[in-house]
Amino acid sequence: MTTTTLVRGARPLGAEPRDLLLRDGLVAEVAPAGTLTAPDGARTVEAEGLVALPGLVDLHTHLREPGREDAETVDSGTRAAALGGFTAVHAMANTAPVADTAGVVEQVWRLGREAGWCDVRPVGAVTVGLEGQRLAELGAMADSAAGVRVFSDDGKCVFDAVLMRRALEYVKAFDGVVAQHAQEPRLTEGAQMNEGAVSGVLGLRGWPAVAEEAVIARDVLLAGHVGSRLHVCHLSTAGSVEIVRWAKARGVDVTAEVTPHHLLLTDELVRGYDPVYKVNPPLRTDDDVRALRAGVADGTIDVVATDHAPHPVEDKDCEWSAAAMGMTGLETALSVVVQALVEPGHLDWAGVARVMSQTPARIGRVGSQGGSLEVGEAANLVLVDPAARWTVDPAAMATKGRNSPFAGRELPARVVATFWEGHPTVLDGALATARPAEAGSTWTR
Amino acid sequence: MRHLLSTADLSRTEAVRVLDVAEQMAATQQREIKKLPTLRGRTVVNLFFEDSTRTRISFETAAKRLSADVITFSAKGSSVSKGESLKDTALTLQAMGADAVVIRHGSSGAPLRLARSGWTSGAVLNAGDGTHEHPTQALLDAFTLRRHLVGGGPAGSDATGSDLAGKHVVVVGDVLHSRVARSNVHLLHVLGARTTLVAPPTLLPIGVETWPCAVSYDLDAALAGDVQGPVDAVMALRVQLERMDAAYFPSAREYSRRYGLDARRLALLPPHASLLHPGPMNRGLEITAEAADGARSRIVEQVTNGVAVRMAALYLLLSGEDA
Repeated sequence: MTTTTLVRGARPLGAEPRDLLLRDGLVAEVAPAGTLTAPDGARTVEAEGLVALPGLVDLHTHLREPGREDAETVDSGTRAAALGGFTAVHAMANTAPVADTAGVVEQVWRLGREAGWCDVRPVGAVTVGLEGQRLAELGAMADSAAGVRVFSDDGKCVFDAVLMRRALEYVKAFDGVVAQHAQEPRLTEGAQMNEGAVSGVLGLRGWPAVAEEAVIARDVLLAGHVGSRLHVCHLSTAGSVEIVRWAKARGVDVTAEVTPHHLLLTDELVRGYDPVYKVNPPLRTDDDVRALRAGVADGTIDVVATDHAPHPVEDKDCEWSAAAMGMTGLETALSVVVQALVEPGHLDWAGVARVMSQTPARIGRVGSQGGSLEVGEAANLVLVDPAARWTVDPAAMATKGRNSPFAGRELPARVVATFWEGHPTVLDGALATARPAEAGSTWTR
Repeated sequence: MRHLLSTADLSRTEAVRVLDVAEQMAATQQREIKKLPTLRGRTVVNLFFEDSTRTRISFETAAKRLSADVITFSAKGSSVSKGESLKDTALTLQAMGADAVVIRHGSSGAPLRLARSGWTSGAVLNAGDGTHEHPTQALLDAFTLRRHLVGGGPAGSDATGSDLAGKHVVVVGDVLHSRVARSNVHLLHVLGARTTLVAPPTLLPIGVETWPCAVSYDLDAALAGDVQGPVDAVMALRVQLERMDAAYFPSAREYSRRYGLDARRLALLPPHASLLHPGPMNRGLEITAEAADGARSRIVEQVTNGVAVRMAALYLLLSGEDA
């Protein structure tokens, strides 16, 4: 098995074409296109016209294992991740059992290593059982083999202000971050969709923007007060962007994410009551979409994260109110970002690398990832064909979830190859081979 | 018409056609033999996921008067209460050969989902979905109003072909949770009438200003004609007492004082104006007994007209005729 690959003529972060030699898990040499020759036994990947980006890092993935292996497993979810160009994913804690102990996060971390498709970084629950009552053993999860740095009750809001304050303070001891799912619970009881003109006509209970914004406002003030860093999950409203912009201007150490679907889709899609468009936070309005795009463009929003949320068919093939919330996203994220942000001119390729790899790696403290494709870095990279167009077919995806809101849409840009520490997990747009579990380099903790 | 899911889908021509056919149906109901052979051999399934004795009986009566075979499927005591999904229930009924499915469901949009999903090939008739729509209720309201406001009396077949152009209807009550209000706003608009919704601000949906109607918080002003001119009819919506627990209003008494229909308020109306209520009524809350049983009340008539309107809807859906 070869560990050496010569990538010929790719454009690193969209710049001038280069040859990149990947050897022993590292970027060994970078030189002008056409100047490097492949060593004996090396694989050659012709990458003329392709953009090379650092391997994508997802801060927000639901892998569903343990507990809901009918929806997704670590193996199926990380196959999807590799196909989407990801070399690291953060697995959310709302599994069954909840990832609120060192035992569960180590189990998920080990399943990721065994699957061999990308780095799986478990997220630890902030509170025991996600119940918002008392802190989980955050230190034990941080000190475990999984080395947890991101803590979140995602799916539920850490609503108690004292508990949130303590969590923000406590994780400073091990350089952790609390990722908040901002949702005022009383204002969103039974909520089914964005509260606005469409919910009024459809007779579906509304999820008002203020329920997100009020919690974010409180949390940025708390984070500023205790001097902690705060990460805000899946911003969905124009008001949330304004509050984060204000907090950053005041010097609060806050980072924010947005999902691909909130950058492209609106609540108008709910008019047909198809639960594939049911998600939490809900799809909002055109004005919100525009504000979110502008927020990414001006750096208010730091990262794009998928909130990949696979569900079994029966949980979506039903009436709206009975359906589960969530959308798959790993295999469409990059293409949606290209359509929503690159094509309209909000981001260039270096910007894509920043919001989908470098900044999420920094927030999650994933030391070996989120580089710039320079000599000596770990060889985590994805090759993207920016000229390709493809039609989304959920049945053809690696994720077990068939709940893609982009089904049937034509999207730009396609992942051609993914390298995880030099190992090709995807070649020619298809899964290659998993990395053997023992092949982990010195980079893997 | 392929399905009847929302009054927003109806054109003026289609809506007037339903009312006209309902007049013909109503005429047949004056005969000694009320049953027509029109839908003999066709199967109508009443699929009721929510209890609603009145609406279910009205649809059953309508289908039987048209000689259809009627199967009524109520959620309670059926496989639905054992966890069977809407999809499996629909597939089962499809396998049994349902030509039309009349569905009442607690989830907004369930009838549309059923119609578009391919789970059934039959016509789908929305008999009330969540807090979304109740189109046959709005049609029977329009039918009743047309008889009195255009035709000049309860028998008013001389209103055939007419709409409600220029008429003004006040709808008062829990608009936020009312499927009746949504269906009426669409239908009254397409029929050319003006609508004024009156409710406490807590019981109006966000975005109501985009609806084709006026909105007021002041019932006395609306009834006195100070909002959109003189009123031809007022419709009270049912208010559920549980709403009080969720702080939509402070108490039943305060609701009645501010938004209840009583003799004093009805006296603000012009002499010809009608009073409607979709039932079942909370006497003493949104309407006093004096008002409900008074001379303006069309409430009992609404029930009678419901059968004729549902006969018309089933006939138009199953006969294949373009309304």
